[in-house]
Amino acid sequence: MTGVARNRVLDWIKTNLFSSPFNIVLTFLLLFVATKLLWNFLDWAVLRAVWGGDAETCRHGAGGACWAYVRDKARYVLFGHYPYEQQWRPQLFVAIFFLLSLLTQFKRFWSKYLTAAWVVLPLGAAGLMWGGFFGLTHVEMEEWGGLPLTLALAFLGISASYPIGIVLALARRSEMPVIRALSVIYIEVIRGVPLISMLFMAAVMFPLFLPEGITISKVVRAQVAIIMFASAYMAEVVRGGLQSLAKGQYEAADAIGLSYTKKMVFVVLPQALKAVIAPTVNTFIGLFKDTSLVFIISLSDLMFTTQASLQDADWLGFTVEGYIFAAFVYFVFCYFISFSSSRLEKELKV
Amino acid sequence: MHYDASGKGIGISSLWRDVTKRKYTIQVLVLVGVVVLFSVLINIASDSLQKQNIASGFGFLAREAAFEIGETLTSYSAESTFGEALLAGLLNTMLVALLGNFLAVIWGAVVGITSLSHNLLLARLARIYVDTLRNIPLLLQLFFWYALITEFLPAIRDALNPVPNVYLSQRGMFFPMPEWGATHGWALVALLVGGIAAIFLYRWQKLRQQHTGQLFPFYRVAAALLLVPPLLAWLIGGAPVELDVPVLQGFNFEGGLALTPEFLALSLGLVLYTGSFNAEIVRAGIESVKKGQKEAAVSLGLSRSQALRLVVLPQAVRVIIPPMTSQMLNLTKNSSLAVAIGYPDLVNVANTSMNQTGQAIECIVIIVFVYLSFSLMTSAFMNWYNHMTRLVER
Repeated sequence: MTGVARNRVLDWIKTNLFSSPFNIVLTFLLLFVATKLLWNFLDWAVLRAVWGGDAETCRHGAGGACWAYVRDKARYVLFGHYPYEQQWRPQLFVAIFFLLSLLTQFKRFWSKYLTAAWVVLPLGAAGLMWGGFFGLTHVEMEEWGGLPLTLALAFLGISASYPIGIVLALARRSEMPVIRALSVIYIEVIRGVPLISMLFMAAVMFPLFLPEGITISKVVRAQVAIIMFASAYMAEVVRGGLQSLAKGQYEAADAIGLSYTKKMVFVVLPQALKAVIAPTVNTFIGLFKDTSLVFIISLSDLMFTTQASLQDADWLGFTVEGYIFAAFVYFVFCYFISFSSSRLEKELKV
Repeated sequence: MHYDASGKGIGISSLWRDVTKRKYTIQVLVLVGVVVLFSVLINIASDSLQKQNIASGFGFLAREAAFEIGETLTSYSAESTFGEALLAGLLNTMLVALLGNFLAVIWGAVVGITSLSHNLLLARLARIYVDTLRNIPLLLQLFFWYALITEFLPAIRDALNPVPNVYLSQRGMFFPMPEWGATHGWALVALLVGGIAAIFLYRWQKLRQQHTGQLFPFYRVAAALLLVPPLLAWLIGGAPVELDVPVLQGFNFEGGLALTPEFLALSLGLVLYTGSFNAEIVRAGIESVKKGQKEAAVSLGLSRSQALRLVVLPQAVRVIIPPMTSQMLNLTKNSSLAVAIGYPDLVNVANTSMNQTGQAIECIVIIVFVYLSFSLMTSAFMNWYNHMTRLVER
């Protein structure tokens, strides 16, 4: 290291960590506490942890984390009651989502083929999980669970609520008072109530409003509730984008004689939606986390399978390990979404 | 052709071809569509209710509930009515919402300011906290805290005793409370009087400053106004120090103030989760004030703390308050997750009532009505606040 480089490092340390006597004390205190906490955690999670065996091995272990529990339960937590030997199907489902999200990261892959793949492949994978062709056994939707269900609820929720939200936002800024009023009522009522009450509606109230003889499965009803809920929030985000646009853009589009549809599709929306990428993604992340609420109406999503795995009489008492595993899965997805959004913003140079 | 000389459309097709008429056509069609849809749905629903022999209406509110509620602020028992049960649930929701929001705002401000610290380590730790909690579902966090309290704290016999007379066990937290007496009532009255005096003092010193430019040490005097009268009242009343102390009797503590594991887990989860969102709001708010504002204030001769208090913060607050109120509303709505860990909030009680009576529509209407009025009141406040703090331009 040259003298200049060393000085730069020392300067950096001095300005960022030791700028005043108070900061010196604070830095050392924090270092001490943080290392101690980190060390305790590593000691529990790595050094004294039990990595294999059964519950008894864990109970007679060194008192560390019982990852044997996660090893034993991971397949159930991730794929629920889906027949064990057939679980390559939901695994493929999850893998397809991974692959598509990964490809979407890079601008050079963006094409109509990728868009088509986003429509066709998840549908195909869902068909694969459904089965009933090419000698694949049919698996009832009630047996789908865990991560694929969470992903499906979130993916369909996002892809349906985005366009509906745009329509609602445009309706809220419409010149027609009736359309505007209906849109305002819808958005404000939905945003005013908790998601749980919407899910209760889906679970116990929707069936009352269906004509006799028609039944819709609870998963679909919950999906509809999630879409209705998320649309209202999306609408407000999009409205923010519409408002942020300079008035001249609207006027210019009118001046060159564009119709309403053309004005919106080619001039207003591309700019408005680009301006609100960050809040849009925050809404998506919120929706992804909110899918966990379907647990309360007993749909077997990731949250539900996690809770159910903790009830196993053979493995009682490893709650923390179970929750850490579930939290890790949720965290990875949410962090990935927000990471991609900041990349997207850079790619589009907002 | 369906156009007359002035270019206006005539005839039936003009309802769609004429731009001005089309607007009315669309609105009428949409309105008719909505009305038809709703009347069809209501018809189907009343049919299926009749078939299931469920009497619709709110009559069930006067019937006996016949279920227990774990903790209430009212004198509720299983003999009380559904109406009283729902009221008890509503009060529990309000308790969690008020306490939770109060703490979440303070916690959010602390973490938000911390994440802007000049000490990089401190700032980074705050960022890690915010990023972690924001990316994990609240429901999972609630389960986690609840499990931590009920599974990892000692049993009631071996309750932790960190401070004398404060106990922490898997059955919750137990505090001593002052034995309530007339003196405490007088102290409360004195506090109220002091508070009102402080408000008048604030107005007076502000007017005086506007007219004469003289500064008044308001915060110190106000603190004295709030502290001294209650203290005097307490001393005059003979300075009672009796405490209602929690004592282990049989299988639980008696006396004092008890916080149940459900209440603790819910409040802790809500405060830490919402606090991480509030922290981001506070950070963004402070960062939104341009550096020049602070520099200008300092070059005018204000001290650093004056610059922060009189120039930076008032501008940051304008940015912070609107998203912060929406987070307060979120916390209130999220308190309905109480149903998952068994805290008897409004949604939980309504859910039980729904299962017992089959009055799903009515119970959901009550939930929607209550939360909707919370949010309408909040947006009314927001509009008022925006009006009060709008930039008055020349």
